[in-house]
Amino acid sequence: MALPQLKQDATDARLAALEMPAGGWPEAARKDALERVKSMGLPSGRDEYWKYTRPDTLVQPDAPKAALLETDEPLVFDKVDRLKIVFVDGVFDPEASDDLAMEHVSIDRLADAPDIHWAKDLYGVLETRGQTPVQRPLATLNTAFATDGVLIHVTGKAPKPISLIYRHDSEASDAILHHVIKVDGGAELTLLENGPAAARFNKCMEVEIANGGIFHHVRAQGRDHERRAATAIFTRLGEESVFKSFTLTANGVLTRNECVIELTGDNAVAHVAGACVGDGDFHHDDTVFITHDALNCESRQVFKKVLRNGATGVFQGKILVKEGAQKTDGYQISQSLLLDEDSQFLAKPELEIYADDVACSHGSTSGAIDEEGLFYLRSRGIEEGPATDLLTIAFLAEAVMEIEDEALQEEINGRVESWLTRRRG
Amino acid sequence: MLEIKNLHVNLEEEDKQILKGVDLTVEAGKVHAIMGPNGSGKSTLSYVLSGKDGYEVVEGSATLDGEDILDMEPEERAAAGIFLAFQYPVEIPGVGNMTFLRTAVNAQRKARGEEEMSATDFLKEIRAKAKELKIDAEMLKRPVNVGFSGGEKKRNEILQMAMLEPKMCILDETDSGLDVDAMKLVADGVNALRDAGRGFLVITHYQRLLDHIKPDVVHIMADGRIIKTGGPELALEVENNGYADILAEVA
Repeated sequence: MALPQLKQDATDARLAALEMPAGGWPEAARKDALERVKSMGLPSGRDEYWKYTRPDTLVQPDAPKAALLETDEPLVFDKVDRLKIVFVDGVFDPEASDDLAMEHVSIDRLADAPDIHWAKDLYGVLETRGQTPVQRPLATLNTAFATDGVLIHVTGKAPKPISLIYRHDSEASDAILHHVIKVDGGAELTLLENGPAAARFNKCMEVEIANGGIFHHVRAQGRDHERRAATAIFTRLGEESVFKSFTLTANGVLTRNECVIELTGDNAVAHVAGACVGDGDFHHDDTVFITHDALNCESRQVFKKVLRNGATGVFQGKILVKEGAQKTDGYQISQSLLLDEDSQFLAKPELEIYADDVACSHGSTSGAIDEEGLFYLRSRGIEEGPATDLLTIAFLAEAVMEIEDEALQEEINGRVESWLTRRRG
Repeated sequence: MLEIKNLHVNLEEEDKQILKGVDLTVEAGKVHAIMGPNGSGKSTLSYVLSGKDGYEVVEGSATLDGEDILDMEPEERAAAGIFLAFQYPVEIPGVGNMTFLRTAVNAQRKARGEEEMSATDFLKEIRAKAKELKIDAEMLKRPVNVGFSGGEKKRNEILQMAMLEPKMCILDETDSGLDVDAMKLVADGVNALRDAGRGFLVITHYQRLLDHIKPDVVHIMADGRIIKTGGPELALEVENNGYADILAEVA
């Protein structure tokens, strides 16, 4: 079927501005992805799935400029013992990165991976699965054109987290990175990500977790006010495996974080959580799709957004329980704290259930700061500003508590606190 | 210490007069009790003194050690030495009790230009004070008042009072929702804080609390005014005969 003319033109223009990296094992997957993008077309504001978030700046041929943030503040996770992998505007920085070697883990880069590679069976595979029933063309574009990324194979319990650090150094950079992570049975990895990455960042991450595997993901996006990002995580979980992902977003003019989770083995657990703090020209979109396709699996979605000065928050979250996925336990909550009347929160929670013995609950709320609580704190001597901050951090707590590691929880809370303090001036 | 003169207060939203000329002086070292029927304005008085929104002072004044408190923000009043033990302590999910108290103690110290309390000193002090009020470590860690029983909430108010060491303590129906044992525990906590430099204003419906916290002066409040003032015997009179006699006598 032919695409609408505007979509066709926008897609052609974007594709014309890109060059597919040549050769190697990913080539077949890249070519396949290119054909899929051509037939889907890139997102437009008319697409139902982009109703609340305008995709035009994510699709246009060149990245809109984003000024670099000048700050002396230390980076998040600085105190965490981790293996660092640094990308500057999407380009691997070997000087700043650690040696890519660690016990129980093999790490390669997409751009220079050996010819025959385990990732061949995964690259673009989970992304392709995640296109049904909802199309995610930006992720497909990523599969076709990603210039680099990391390929991580975890065979045992990783001794420390792997930390992907994305630095932004050029005002008009346009980065496309694609990571593939394979967690073997009984293996365990914590992956950290932070940094603005580029003026515009398209990132796709495919995570395959075998029976009994554990994957923790903690991400802090933000800093540069004008940066744009479209990210997607595609994960598939085997029996009794665990996937837990948390994202903090502070600043950034536009962020769309998609997370597509498939629970395919019995007794698997998937948690995805997000906390965002937005002030002014800030648009943040969490789009989640969780498919329960096995017995007795648990999924949790916990999203909290603090918005002010006209900031916008979006949540689209779906739980699909397939026929036969009995004893599913699904929970979804999305809440916003609106610190003024100019800010808005748009939520679309969805449940689609074809099994008859399941427990699924969902809720979505928008509210202002609790005046009673504020007075209580002030009556004990805490000034209005710090009292509001305390209540704000408390509001985000349910999402932040989804991070299992307490040291990482503290890193994230510290980040939120300094953001709030800075905003008070 | 606390001097209230001819205080007239309206509800902001309804333009309704609640306090119609309250005169009251609480001296340092003294415990004053205010009793009165429902709707007489007792709780309003406590909120106006602590700075809650929604009330408009139409006339009169309130000073603490000669300083006008009605123009101050709630946190400034706290730093000046006013403390309100809430009738309904507020639950604050997500804020740990300990974090809350430490933030409050240090905010007040900072406002008064004093040095902040170190983490170790704070811990030592709060543990000792919590123990006296039979507040266990678990309760200190939990979010402020969340999942606390009625009695636990009131004990937590007294713990805050003990840590903040205010000059002027206002207790708004601290006895409500307490059984006899819990009331005794709370009263012991309050009595331990009685001090020559500290004033108390104890608002209550019942004489019962005053068996445990012995007042120096008892006021009867009705329809936004203090209509009668006397010694502890006045509380007994109310207990035995209700308010009807006193109301009739004044009318």
